[in-house]
Amino acid sequence: MIAAVSIILVCQLVGEVIVRGFRLPLPGPVVGMALLFGILILRDHAAALARGPLRDGGVEGVAKVLLANLSLMFVPAGVGVVQNLDLLARSGVAIALVLAASVVMTLLVTVGTFLIVSRLMRRRSS
Amino acid sequence: MTGNPFALWVYLSQTPLLWLTVTLVVYAAVDAVSLATHRNPLMNPVLHSIWIIGLFLYATGTSYTAYFSGAQFVHFLLGPATVALAVPLYENRKLVAAAIVPMLVALMVGSATAIVSVVLFAEAAGLPRDIVMALAPKSVTAGVAMGISETLGANPAITVIATVLTGIMGAIVVTPTMNRLGITDFRARGFAAGLASHGIGTARAFQVDEVAGVFAGIAMGLNALVTSLLVPVFATLLLK
Repeated sequence: MIAAVSIILVCQLVGEVIVRGFRLPLPGPVVGMALLFGILILRDHAAALARGPLRDGGVEGVAKVLLANLSLMFVPAGVGVVQNLDLLARSGVAIALVLAASVVMTLLVTVGTFLIVSRLMRRRSS
Repeated sequence: MTGNPFALWVYLSQTPLLWLTVTLVVYAAVDAVSLATHRNPLMNPVLHSIWIIGLFLYATGTSYTAYFSGAQFVHFLLGPATVALAVPLYENRKLVAAAIVPMLVALMVGSATAIVSVVLFAEAAGLPRDIVMALAPKSVTAGVAMGISETLGANPAITVIATVLTGIMGAIVVTPTMNRLGITDFRARGFAAGLASHGIGTARAFQVDEVAGVFAGIAMGLNALVTSLLVPVFATLLLK
């Protein structure tokens, strides 16, 4: 388990270094995700890589435990909002309504675009 | 116990142990209720944990800094959990590769919608310009959104609030909306959830369906990049 945790942390660390080094507008962990994905693909092509945490579902197991509890990890940052509510005291209701309208519109436009494009592609291929 | 109970409280309230324990206990209880109600969207575990812990801090007069000294251990796991998204992505790579075109088109259109809609609605609601700027990057994960907000010269504290609210509202609304519209493609549903409401939407998507979770994670990662590039452009176009 420690080896699996280590490989995840190494990916995050390298991701952080790349993002800072090249001043990319991305979170370090997102680059770390791409790295771990690359490592998992490489492993399938090079048997020499399939050792330690990269065999018998080592990283996979730890990753699934983390993702099963993803909601928990937003709680500390979220509690910070409660402490900053005075910032919103004046226009809090307007902000909440604006955000609600925008999030619903974004959901609908995104899901609609995805479905229309995938339907067009299916029609062309058939 | 001959000591002063107040002294014990003063000691405990300054230790990370107490606040880490409170975070985990409240979340575990709320999550159990969420499970018992078959993941009813209104029983969102992030939302209910936040206000219960917030009330607790308010009632005990605890500062957020003292709370965060314990809660930071949980907060830290956000990074590794984001890296861990590589595993479901890898396991569903064939499904993802087959949907690459719809994903990229939906990414560009959705990301632009997220920014333009919030700016136009906020302007229409008569909100002050500095708040409008701070709301613009609200659909991306908090760390990136704050960075965008800082480069615009807006208040990052407002951006964090907007980000968390957007995440929670999206997570609550997505399942009933998609069900009512009869949308059964979990790739599209998940992608929309991750794009509109970042990690909190992604966490919700994983509760509903693994494929939805995978697509939500991809949308969250890609939208962080696209929004960072688009917000400065739209901010200069729309807010002159």
